[in-house]
Amino acid sequence: MDSIASHSLGFFDNDPSENTKVIARSLKNRILSGICIALSLLTMVPLISIIFLLLKKGLPLLGLNIFTELPPAAGMAGGGFGNAIIGTLVMVGIGLAISGPAGILSAIYINEYSPTSRLAQAVRMVAKLLTGIPSIICGVFAFAVVVMATGTFSAYAGGLALAVLMLPTILLTSEQALMGVQSAYREAAYGLGATRFQAIARVVLPDAFPAIMTGVMLAVARAAGETAPLIFTALFSQFWAKSLNEPTASLSVLIYNFSTVPFPHQIAMAWTASLVLVAFVTLANITAQTIFSRRH
Amino acid sequence: MQTSKEAPVKMPLDDKNPLGRPDFISVKDFNFFYGKKQALYDINMDIPERQVTAFIGPSGCGKSTLLRNFNRMNELIDGVHNSGDIRILGKSIYDKEIEVISLRRSIGMVFQKSNPFPKSIYENVVFALRISGTSKKSELDECVERSLRGAALWNEVKDRLHESALGLSGGQMQRLCIARAIANRPKVLLMDEPCSALDPIATVKVEELIRELKQQFTIVIVTHNMQQATRCSDNTAFFYLGKLVEYADTQKIFSNPSEKQTEDYITGRFG
Repeated sequence: MDSIASHSLGFFDNDPSENTKVIARSLKNRILSGICIALSLLTMVPLISIIFLLLKKGLPLLGLNIFTELPPAAGMAGGGFGNAIIGTLVMVGIGLAISGPAGILSAIYINEYSPTSRLAQAVRMVAKLLTGIPSIICGVFAFAVVVMATGTFSAYAGGLALAVLMLPTILLTSEQALMGVQSAYREAAYGLGATRFQAIARVVLPDAFPAIMTGVMLAVARAAGETAPLIFTALFSQFWAKSLNEPTASLSVLIYNFSTVPFPHQIAMAWTASLVLVAFVTLANITAQTIFSRRH
Repeated sequence: MQTSKEAPVKMPLDDKNPLGRPDFISVKDFNFFYGKKQALYDINMDIPERQVTAFIGPSGCGKSTLLRNFNRMNELIDGVHNSGDIRILGKSIYDKEIEVISLRRSIGMVFQKSNPFPKSIYENVVFALRISGTSKKSELDECVERSLRGAALWNEVKDRLHESALGLSGGQMQRLCIARAIANRPKVLLMDEPCSALDPIATVKVEELIRELKQQFTIVIVTHNMQQATRCSDNTAFFYLGKLVEYADTQKIFSNPSEKQTEDYITGRFG
């Protein structure tokens, strides 16, 4: 007679067939865990190889001179790429000056002022589409708008191309940051009679600030490494920049130029420049994640 | 006896309420809609000055909705509209001359779940003053001490005013929210289930505080806890399905209610 009592009680039963089931389950568990661990280690391989290669090839030429000297002419030895470092910093700075306020203030509008309006929906959609635009198109855009209008390659054009690249990232991460602020804080602020501006400036923005800064730093890190937007907007220069309205050197374009010439010294310089660039990007990322992390 | 369709109950000027206006807050023919859904039907009531009036009723009966209309907080939600009027000290809160901001600054609100800002205790209390333009340190300091004393929290936090408010216990946080709400000396204090997230000991402290505060403020408190209503309030209004069923002296409501629905709710037959 089939009753509840006659079903296996599993562990309490001392049934020998149960034993094989236990072994099978344990083995399956261990195989799956093993696969997960192996794949996790595998993902670290590219990163570790890149770092290893950069250090191996880039360290030899690393010295103070790379910050103070200009790129060597073809075939010559010595020199540095101080102008390229400054150029990258300046153009990322210009890009940030444009995309930072625009992105953050737009995010404030679409999240705090009228989240459901047609304009907000349009802005969100456009920002998401912009994230998919190839970086070279950003360069083409800046070429058409700045280079053709001013008749010269310039840091302004390069900065604008980077701004277009950074804008959607800053806007969307800032929106996420603002959404992460508890609505209870807003309610308390409005309940106390704050105007919308006061609620945003005194409560919402301070709370969202770390997350917004993280998004900004990530955008900066990406922009610093881009080559395509700079190739025909800022071009390149062998000299120290005297103004922002002339062709400007940058680390990424220097790496591109020097990697493709048949001179070993130039190629070695490209490796060192790559090391410096990756160091800068890593520093920006670490800054984002540690200095701007929440403390409570 | 009070039903929604009759004239509002006027609390008499008696020894309980010697100098206060009986119609400090006056609700007239008030209907409220969340979009198409009607939440309040023809509410008529007068709330007297410097007394504690409790709103009781089962979940969804509209008591919190009515409370949040007194400082027009419901307007933060899209698609709400209302008909009828609410007056404070005789002036309609929907008057075009009245800025919602100044209305909210003269009314303090405490929410069910305490929500101090992620700032220091000091900055939490002076927030209302700062947004009103006060920045003199002496005024802010005076306000902080007065408000924290008024919320029975001063002795516990006076040595750590500049530490984060988030480090306080639940009961302390709620008393901080009360201090914050009374900092700018509002006329009315609205409390939406202020003790429901607190343990019994913290609840007792807040209830004592309410009894003290009514000497200076007109208090309206929404509560699920009928014992709390009997302990703290002078008048009680019972709401059901968006209608005001009965509104009278607390003693009368709980010992001798006129409406059967009230009696059923109080004795626990529903809700």
